[in-house]
Amino acid sequence: MIKNDISLDKTTFETFTQEEYMVMKSDLLQPVQKIGIWGKVWIGFLITICLLGIYAYYIQESKSKYVTVSLRDYTMWGVYISNFVFFVALSLIGVLMSAVLKLTHFEWYRPLSRIAEIIAVAAIMLAGVSIVAAMGRPDRLHFLVLHGRIQSPIVWDIIVIMTYLVTSLILLFIPLIPSLSTCKNHLNGKPKWQMKMYEILSFGWEGTAEQWKILKKSMKILTVLVIPLGVSIHTVTAWLFATTLRAEWDSTNFGAYFVSGAFLLGVAGMVVAVFVIRKAYNLEKYLTEMHFDKLGKALVLMSFIYIYFNINEYLVPAYKMSGLHANHLLSLFTGDEAFFYWSVILFGMVIPGILPLFPKMRKPLPLFIITIGVVIAAWFKRYLIVIPGLAHPYLPIQDVPNSWKHYSPSLVEMTIVAATFAAMLLIVTLFSRFFPIISVWEVAEGKLEGKDEIINYK
Amino acid sequence: MKNENEESSRRNFLKLGLLSGGAVIAGASIVKALANEEPKKTGEMVKVLTADGKMVEVDSSMINHPSEQVLKEHAIREGIAGKKFIMVIDLARCANERKCIEGCQSMHGMLAPIEYIKVKRMQDSELAAPYWFPQTCYQCDNPPCTKVCPVDATFKRTDGIVVVDSERCIGCKFCMAACPYSARTFNFGRPEQIAFTEAHKSDQDKCCTSPSTEGTVSKCDFCPESAAKGILPSCVTECPNGTIFFGDELEDAVTNGEETFRLSELLQKRAGYRQFEELGTKPRVYYLPPVNRQFPFEEATEVHNQAE
Repeated sequence: MIKNDISLDKTTFETFTQEEYMVMKSDLLQPVQKIGIWGKVWIGFLITICLLGIYAYYIQESKSKYVTVSLRDYTMWGVYISNFVFFVALSLIGVLMSAVLKLTHFEWYRPLSRIAEIIAVAAIMLAGVSIVAAMGRPDRLHFLVLHGRIQSPIVWDIIVIMTYLVTSLILLFIPLIPSLSTCKNHLNGKPKWQMKMYEILSFGWEGTAEQWKILKKSMKILTVLVIPLGVSIHTVTAWLFATTLRAEWDSTNFGAYFVSGAFLLGVAGMVVAVFVIRKAYNLEKYLTEMHFDKLGKALVLMSFIYIYFNINEYLVPAYKMSGLHANHLLSLFTGDEAFFYWSVILFGMVIPGILPLFPKMRKPLPLFIITIGVVIAAWFKRYLIVIPGLAHPYLPIQDVPNSWKHYSPSLVEMTIVAATFAAMLLIVTLFSRFFPIISVWEVAEGKLEGKDEIINYK
Repeated sequence: MKNENEESSRRNFLKLGLLSGGAVIAGASIVKALANEEPKKTGEMVKVLTADGKMVEVDSSMINHPSEQVLKEHAIREGIAGKKFIMVIDLARCANERKCIEGCQSMHGMLAPIEYIKVKRMQDSELAAPYWFPQTCYQCDNPPCTKVCPVDATFKRTDGIVVVDSERCIGCKFCMAACPYSARTFNFGRPEQIAFTEAHKSDQDKCCTSPSTEGTVSKCDFCPESAAKGILPSCVTECPNGTIFFGDELEDAVTNGEETFRLSELLQKRAGYRQFEELGTKPRVYYLPPVNRQFPFEEATEVHNQAE
């Protein structure tokens, strides 16, 4: 499909001309070229939250954790762990929105793939941060390397997460190389170091036929590789729970249940990201209503798959209502957690499963509102998997202070969680301010589909 | 109070050294002691069981403590050679007097609400009678906690004890999630606890394989350092009703300090069972069902551990 050595003046197409390409290029480079006042305010806001989080972490580590966090012996895993599960789930967005669509030749993936990849990379990093925040002795982190034991699911998780992070980074970077060259040639008025960075990172990209061949081939391999890796990270994360003897996590369904939830969150996260990026950077021409239409349909599919696994996970044990499950299930259905639980079912599964069936609901704004609900519900869903599961052990909790019976996250914990979100948004924002968040050449290539000619994307 | 405790643990130290800790070894030691020149007498007389099954009273100076040497060489990751510690809890005797809890806290230097041994009110169904249920770490033979530890900070020793190495623990708390009995506790650095630990850090009478430090997991460890010296765990010695029996599976004997039973016989006669056998964890703690109770069940009138 890709040939080179065609001089630029010859390249004219019915639907896509050289002029159109130049317009597109400047459109897509716009967010990098100019950062407005609101852009700066937004970045400043995110940095402030991150700094608050760092300060909260400093308090947590320098003072007694008994005072700074609400974790106790029974609920010894709290929001940090549920936040970790959330971020691991979110990182599957890269698998779904970039790899799966790419390999199955859904052409509309093109402007979405880089957005998905950078969210995946940011999310998996913040998943790691959440885990370190949860550790009692973060100063002994290196023990995992020195004394790591392969029979521990934590070590499996670290191995797959690191592999996934590296693969995702490479998969983000390789298609970026031609874009870096584009940045180098077309951005002006940028500081020297920034131009130098493009220069170095583009590794002497010239767009020769051979270079394109290598790029395409390595992308293909990585794209195939990232799918089993993505499924593994979330399955292994599910196993952190499923390998314990606790009744509420003792489920053979857990891996698939987690992965299906991650795919739903991935679609929802994508809609939110696309909506915001489209509005903030005026990219309506590239992130079109068609994308929302398609994502809305995907949202329905993923909701139904997730509902299916939830029925398996909750209604089948509830039918039997064995003594081991009863406490936990009843607290979710009618007890302390019922309000949370049913809200999550409603906003996280039922609404995204039904409303986008109507074409009007697949327009950008309604779909954005629906998916914001899904993302929030998805966070609480992880909370409901981790914490009530711990609060109902086999042997009754008796004769303990009140704070041991009921967990509610402390201010320090919530600040750190908020900071992980801010850090994720900051990574995505800064990335979009230094690199084109929509891959110029991939979109151009899509426009040229079915034609042998090629623009040399300088 | 403290002196009394020391007194009683000293007495029990001798008792166990002879009665359960090693009836055979003790017998052999006496033979050895008698054969040699008589050491200086202490005047304290203790009962011992001889190899042919007779109870005799001898001066405490005549007893060899083979385990002193073991203790000196004792490394946290290795068990005490030739031992398989085991516990039997007689639910018919527990009256929830909480002395085991207090003794344990004092021995391990832990303050309430941290309890390595807990006493729970159990009632299996509405018609069934309620009973008090002392619960330690079960030192399982198929421990779910050691499996999941990413850094080998918790492990099973040859003497059957599951130990946490607080120098190694990274505080991920996965073992706590994995334990179906909620036997483990985490040192969140409660200020009172930290101050207490700091004030008592040079105490020699505390028994701890690996003392609990901030940010790590700790739990009941069957007081292996005491066991190595032939002293019963403090929960055993402190119980006024002799509820808890401790001993060595290989010797087939358990004792509460007053009475000694043949383990296999006791479990057979009294229908000993293990909690949640169906989980496959193979606990090293057996329960004797609460039948023919020594005390009528009384609800706890006092609430403990309410202070945060």
